[in-house]
Amino acid sequence: MIEFNDVPSPFCGIGTDDLSIQVDGLSLKVLTNGCSVNTPLFEHPITDTEARVKGQPVCLEDAIAAAAALLRSSQQALFGGCATDVNGMRALLSLADNTGAFLENLNFAGARNNFLALQDSGWMNTTLAEVKNRCDVLLIIGTDLEQFAPRFFERYLWTDAMFLPDSSQRQIIYLGKAPSGQAATSPTGKAPRIIDCAPEDLPEVLAVLRALVKKQPIRAEQVANLAIADLSTLAEQLSTAKYGVVTWLAGAFDKAHGELSVQMLSEMIKDLNANTRCSGLPLSGKEGDQTANQVCGWTTGYPARLSFNQGYPEYDPFLYDSTQLLANNEVDTLVWVHAFNATALPPVTKLPTLVIGRSGMQFDTEPEVYIPVGTPGIDHTGHAYRMDNVVAIRLKKLRDSGLPSTADVLHRIQLAL
Amino acid sequence: MLTKLTGGTIYDPANGIAGQQHDIYIQDGRIVNPPTADQAIDQEYNLQGKVVMSGAIDMHTHIGGGKGNIARMLMPEDHRADPVARTHICRSGCGHAMPSTFITGYRYAEMGYTSCFEPAILPINARQAHMEMADIPIIDKGGYVMLGSDDYLLRMLTAKKDQQAINDYVAWTIQAAKAIGVKVVNPGGINAFKFNQRKLDLDEQNNHYGVTPREILHVLATAVKAIGVSHPLHVHGCNLGVPGNMHTTLDTIQGMAGLPMHLTHIQFHSYGTEGDFKFSSGAAQIAEAINKNKNITIDVGQVLFGQTVTASGDNMRQHANHKHANPNKWVTMDIECDAGCGVVPFKYKDQNFVNALQWAIGLETFLLVDDPWRIFLTTDHPNGAPFTSYPHLIRLLMDKSFRNDMLATLHPEAQKMTTLASIDREYSLNEIAIMTRAGAAKLIGLKDRGGLSAGNWADITVYTEHSNRELMFTKPDYVFKDGTLVVLNGSVVATPWGTTHTIKPNYDASVEKELQSYFDRYLTMKLGNFKMSDDEITEDGRGHITVHPLAGDVA
Repeated sequence: MIEFNDVPSPFCGIGTDDLSIQVDGLSLKVLTNGCSVNTPLFEHPITDTEARVKGQPVCLEDAIAAAAALLRSSQQALFGGCATDVNGMRALLSLADNTGAFLENLNFAGARNNFLALQDSGWMNTTLAEVKNRCDVLLIIGTDLEQFAPRFFERYLWTDAMFLPDSSQRQIIYLGKAPSGQAATSPTGKAPRIIDCAPEDLPEVLAVLRALVKKQPIRAEQVANLAIADLSTLAEQLSTAKYGVVTWLAGAFDKAHGELSVQMLSEMIKDLNANTRCSGLPLSGKEGDQTANQVCGWTTGYPARLSFNQGYPEYDPFLYDSTQLLANNEVDTLVWVHAFNATALPPVTKLPTLVIGRSGMQFDTEPEVYIPVGTPGIDHTGHAYRMDNVVAIRLKKLRDSGLPSTADVLHRIQLAL
Repeated sequence: MLTKLTGGTIYDPANGIAGQQHDIYIQDGRIVNPPTADQAIDQEYNLQGKVVMSGAIDMHTHIGGGKGNIARMLMPEDHRADPVARTHICRSGCGHAMPSTFITGYRYAEMGYTSCFEPAILPINARQAHMEMADIPIIDKGGYVMLGSDDYLLRMLTAKKDQQAINDYVAWTIQAAKAIGVKVVNPGGINAFKFNQRKLDLDEQNNHYGVTPREILHVLATAVKAIGVSHPLHVHGCNLGVPGNMHTTLDTIQGMAGLPMHLTHIQFHSYGTEGDFKFSSGAAQIAEAINKNKNITIDVGQVLFGQTVTASGDNMRQHANHKHANPNKWVTMDIECDAGCGVVPFKYKDQNFVNALQWAIGLETFLLVDDPWRIFLTTDHPNGAPFTSYPHLIRLLMDKSFRNDMLATLHPEAQKMTTLASIDREYSLNEIAIMTRAGAAKLIGLKDRGGLSAGNWADITVYTEHSNRELMFTKPDYVFKDGTLVVLNGSVVATPWGTTHTIKPNYDASVEKELQSYFDRYLTMKLGNFKMSDDEITEDGRGHITVHPLAGDVA
């Protein structure tokens, strides 16, 4: 048995890197600093190490050959999932470039709300250490933060802060969603302020909030059943904060005006910065989304919803939606890559499918080729991005499972082509 | 394999050779002495009438790190206008203002560049900078790590820690981030912006720490010298882009008391307040100060007209500049109690008074600084213009009539505010070779690069002489990287991987004691997880690391 300390997690998105994990052969046990997101994903057992072709166990070499044959006979492949580490994404992009494929990270539909706002007007954002040391007012929009990241409050708010005399006095405000637990209540018992409304009302509420921040006159007394006076107090809290932070989960917004909500918030933050400091903090970093977008960004110039069909990368946040591509029969082969989560299965399709997935995937319909791979940060070293865009974490190897990495498998498929 | 480059006209300022004809031999990636008569030449290139220089070195170009990737993400429309298709040896990607990594490598190599240095590696973002640079083929790379707005250093200054403690921290940070130099950006200003300060003059105090930019510059320049970093402290000064900032720049030069210092993209820091528009050129006074103060080196950060995107660690100034964003979208970030960044698209216009005068100020600076060993050719890619505009810039420097023809088309009021038309100087090929090769290698402290004598790595660029210098420098006939032919007639023919240039200055290991408790208490990453290890660069089998000797070491 070996014990690893200061283990970083590629799963939770908030870059926890203080886990202690006990390794006994191939089985892992989180000893300290686990949470409901990280612990199951670290402890998930290895149940299969052999690749399969048409459901039959084969050696890795034969599986690679079958995968290459599948791609060779394909006119137009789609790479879905795209949930892996930096080296895995590098190999995936190389193969997609080589085969003229479509490519999409599985969280793109939500992330699109952020990218559309970013690419239209931009934003002012911050990172987790700034939140921890500077944030005196945290506004959480439309999401249950402790469900997204159970240790967020413990690690980044109810902790020592360089520039706050008493970090337990930070003001926490939920707008558009109430928290499911008590994590947002400070150690001294200070409860968060909750301004609840329906998700579909958020765009309107945010528009009014921005107007109030800009001191525009509002004649109505209510918006979406909320008293304008309550929103006025919130606007005042943000305006008088020394370092306010506004956080949101792009995928949690109502579909109709998701990108406009992100834009409304980002422009409100810019307005606040005319006089004080305030920053955005988009939540992400799960299922390899931030990693996929970063590596796609430097390799192609675009985020992770792309086509290489013309021989060069093209980005269309709407047209290259994998759900649509599959529904419209615009692709003839699906390659599903997910090295983090054995329960993240490919979409249901009749198309021939190659799955490069975390060991233990249970399929309703067996794919043509399944190659189990190691998990970055457990079975091999690697790099992954956490939610705040700037920080890549170095992942450790904790056990010797013999499972190949995503990058290994994709390289070998490319060589076999 | 022994390769002979026969009969070229050599410009090798590192060895005092300026336009003499001689042969060069290459073996095992390096330049070697002429072989004995019995050694067979395996391959010969006839370079009669060709101009031969060592591979060019860009000592300040934003090619790796978070802000560059934000710039990429921000501007899909810019990429769409310049798609680059894959070929049998090259990856696909996109170009223009902030090209994708693979295209960055190909296009630098196609212009005869073989080494590039990212000037602003935030310690916490060092992994990303190196990962991006690891995906830039052909060229060597390296970077300067950014300090000066990090809370740790400012706390040390407030606590009056001695210089030795600061030296240890700086050396430790260089090693943790795998850097070859140290940069400071708007000293303390990025930090002050987090406390809602909107400007910070050289002697103005940070509201929280009570520390001034001058103190920060002094301790960092002292540390850099003391721990043996060859490259002087790389300084992006206070008040970037502010009319009248020439006085801050002059004050900064005077205030260093002879300590080595490199002032980067000085064009953006050379503005006066004269004239009807209260914006004027300070280039003459700045150049005079540089000519006098031999401890100072500069690069220009030339502005050239067209669309680009500015990406800087200076979020204080970038926030102030956001009203000039074109197209109107922009990003700033506060980063990890470490630094920050700001990304603002710019379209420099020749009929805009300020932009036209910026163009002229950059060129005045190039032409008025006497010593080509102390001035370097940059556009601060992509901030003044994309690096692909270097051949055009070289023509402006080498061809007075071309320069004056361009000047005559600019905003008329800007023409009146510049002395450019009266400056006769034209750069020689040898001076270009100094600025872009020998001088840059010397400045950074690159061993075995930037020269063409035996023992150097065979990074060699061969041009066909042409009176139109833009054409000449756009498309070399041959480029060799570590002896491998990588570019033929301006197109990539091979894509090897370059090395990462670093130094490993010494520090007292006890420096980690206080750092450890600071990391545990205030930062979001464990100290052990923060430090980069060599294998992060080398484990994929493509990258490798070159550790250069420290200044004062016997090589």
